Amino acid sequence: MSPDQRTPAPAAAVTVENLQIATTSGAPVVTDVSFDIAPGEVLGFVGESGSGKTTVGLSLLGRVRRGLRITGGSVRLGQVDLLDLGDDELRRLRGSQVSYVPQDPASSLNPALRIGLQLRETLEAHDSAGRNVHDERVAQLMREVALPDDPAYLRRYPHELSGGQQQRVGLAMAFANRPRLIVLDEPTTGLDVTTQATVLATVRELAAAHGVAALYVSHDLAVVATLARRVAVMYAGRIVELGSADQLFEVAAHPYTRRLVGAIPSLTGDRSLVGIPGRAPSPGRRPPGCDFAPRCALRVPECETGVPPLSQVTAGHSARCIRANDVVRQGPVRVRDRTRTVQPDAEAPVLALRDVVARYGEVEVLHSIDLTLGRQECLAVVGESGSGKTTTARSIAGLHRDWTGSIRLDDLELEHSARDRSTETRRRIQFIFQNPYGSLNPRKTVAQTVGQPLQAFGIAEGAEAASRVSDMLEQVSLSAGHTHRYPDQLSGGERQRVAIARALISSPSVLICDEVTSALDVSVQAAIVDLLGGLQRELGVSMVFVTHNLPLARSIAQNVAVLAGGRIVEYGETTAVLSDPQQAYTRELLANTPVLGPTGTTG
Amino acid sequence: MSPTDTVPAGVEEVVTTTPPVRPSTLLVRALRLWRTRIGASFGLLLVLVAILGPYLAPHSPTDFVAIPNTPPGGAAGLLGTDYLGQDVLSRFLYGGRGILVMAVVSTGIGLLVGVGIGLVAAYARNAWDDVLMRGMDVVMAFPEIMLALLAVSLVGPDPWVVIAAIAATTAPRVARVARGSAQPVVERDFIEATEAMGVSRLRILTGELLPNILAPMMVEASLRLTYSIGVISALAFLGLSSDPNGPNWGTMIQQNQIALAVQPWGALMPILAIALLTIGTGMFGDGIARTAAGVDRGRAEG
Repeated sequence: MSPDQRTPAPAAAVTVENLQIATTSGAPVVTDVSFDIAPGEVLGFVGESGSGKTTVGLSLLGRVRRGLRITGGSVRLGQVDLLDLGDDELRRLRGSQVSYVPQDPASSLNPALRIGLQLRETLEAHDSAGRNVHDERVAQLMREVALPDDPAYLRRYPHELSGGQQQRVGLAMAFANRPRLIVLDEPTTGLDVTTQATVLATVRELAAAHGVAALYVSHDLAVVATLARRVAVMYAGRIVELGSADQLFEVAAHPYTRRLVGAIPSLTGDRSLVGIPGRAPSPGRRPPGCDFAPRCALRVPECETGVPPLSQVTAGHSARCIRANDVVRQGPVRVRDRTRTVQPDAEAPVLALRDVVARYGEVEVLHSIDLTLGRQECLAVVGESGSGKTTTARSIAGLHRDWTGSIRLDDLELEHSARDRSTETRRRIQFIFQNPYGSLNPRKTVAQTVGQPLQAFGIAEGAEAASRVSDMLEQVSLSAGHTHRYPDQLSGGERQRVAIARALISSPSVLICDEVTSALDVSVQAAIVDLLGGLQRELGVSMVFVTHNLPLARSIAQNVAVLAGGRIVEYGETTAVLSDPQQAYTRELLANTPVLGPTGTTG
Repeated sequence: MSPTDTVPAGVEEVVTTTPPVRPSTLLVRALRLWRTRIGASFGLLLVLVAILGPYLAPHSPTDFVAIPNTPPGGAAGLLGTDYLGQDVLSRFLYGGRGILVMAVVSTGIGLLVGVGIGLVAAYARNAWDDVLMRGMDVVMAFPEIMLALLAVSLVGPDPWVVIAAIAATTAPRVARVARGSAQPVVERDFIEATEAMGVSRLRILTGELLPNILAPMMVEASLRLTYSIGVISALAFLGLSSDPNGPNWGTMIQQNQIALAVQPWGALMPILAIALLTIGTGMFGDGIARTAAGVDRGRAEG
């Protein structure tokens, strides 16, 4: 009789058990994290900022950031527990058995060394084979990541490569010594969708071909859904749900996962986005019960008494929620119908661009742009980096002044630079910047920042200004408690709300939003887009919404202009353009956009 | 739709991860470091001596009270007499005020001019930037003391000449630091946001840029003050003060150095005072610099 009747599970390449990581002062950052990854499998590791996903990723290399320490648990690679190893043993392991692909390829490659040399160094660090052997291996590695393997290319420096090529060199280095485990920390975050698609395909092929277990850390559920069959969702340092991608995105058993899925803009569905109220608790301030309870709509008193265990819902699907079965019974994440926006009045455009050509020095970056923005219309300007979408927005706002052609606001021909425009014109066109961390003066309080336009445009002062500021803050859902805070005391989403309040307080006719959500988490992005859409309808302002995110454009804009290489390649009603693209470029863009769920494949 | 949907994201609790770094808080934090405290006490002590000294002095600084170079004790007073028989203690208590006032005024003028030039250069981002900063480089090519000596020997040892000369050598050094600190700030979007509102350039410089470079400017101010004290004392030591026989720490060192062996106090006291004053301002500036840098990296405690 065999000692074990059960079928043995396939040997996992890496097993993490009860991993605990805390700050040096004792506040738990990561609690009770357990998972395993089989050889050749890609496990998606999803979470918003501060969830601890990167901390877990780094701990698989036996490493933690300064100020943190591993307080318990094990990370077993085969029979070896990485957490028991000394520095020297870990160093031998890193790069050969375990490797890491960081988020920013530009900073992970040494800018002073040719890429061929860097790849060879990676090989030589763990192997003493001769130079000729390595030359052949380096060429092979380059072919694996679909880069040219000729000596001339290998003699290039990292800055002579595009972001996608740099990241593929990073992948080649990570896979060079055929590690058993590879940790990818948001490696496609800074990349365009087309580049992202090829990098993702490379990761998938290499992991499968060489039997490498991969942990793919990302904040982007859609990306993870296209790449990983199994996904773990992190929240406040714990895995709250673990299961197959399909299970998670269709029959999520944890309320957080459901809300997260609901916050993702969809390319096919016509719906408004729903953000998650509140914010994740930070280390040291976590509630005694379920971490998500304070923000959860399904909360019952028991939720606040103890941390729910990670319990099985169906085979291979577990969730850390005592009401998991009730959550599952709600069925697939419901899609709320989008509130129809006011039909824009195309007859009397508020803003019209005719034959706008913009330059940066000698280089022409916009070639003959024609756009029309109707009253109360929201126009999305979509494109990849370098398409000229931001230059278009900046030219309208008068922040970029080197342009020719005509931009008219109603009947008024606009001056090129904001400085040359009248105060009234400047008041009527407002601009919201991409990065709320840079667009607010760190030395000014929220009230000072929001009140500044009132003063600059001579709209109101004193008590009148103060009351307008508090009204405006209320409209962007900031409480009175925020009034006298400084930007460093606000979260990213709150900062962007302040920026929105500053733009809208002068009652502009045209609001220009330049990638206003790209620095924010998905749930915050959903809340911000929801807010912008609501305010746009309420205040009757026309909006130019610049984004690289096609699904996002769909959820807010009536019309869309697709830009590529400084030209408009397609321009029309959003639903029409996205469901029936006429141009090959738009079709390719759509096909490369990662989407959620089985019905998600387009193009 | 659940009832909580009406509550917007992120309005509930705010967790301040990095404490706000405003100049006032910076000072409070810096004072947690021992080097800042010691520096501040040295500086404060010497400033008190310089300001209150004249009221406490037992004699007039120019009265002859005993035989020259009498060691301390008896009729010669606590610190004895100097090379002319004047009371060393009285001259010491009188001798700081001039140096301190001149150092503070000249450093202040240099700071104002330097910060102004630095901000304009950083904000201009065009040929003016080069013109201004290369001009500063030309002034900086002269060593501080050389330029001061040149001015004093051409015009005469009038206090205003010394102040102007020191301010002129301070300004370019401050301008470099101000421009360097302001450059990354100029690139941030909030500057562009105020430009788009049509806020005047002067208001952008003073209202938006300046508050963001106050921390490095505080460090620079204490460093420049240290140098100014040194230069003014050195000029007095070389005999280039407006009143060659007036009480002045620099003059005292020069006058009494020959008698070091018999009556050291005449030279030693002013040396100690200048040393403590410069060490104090230096340590104080260092403390602020370390705190500012530590806070920037998210580590508040030193």
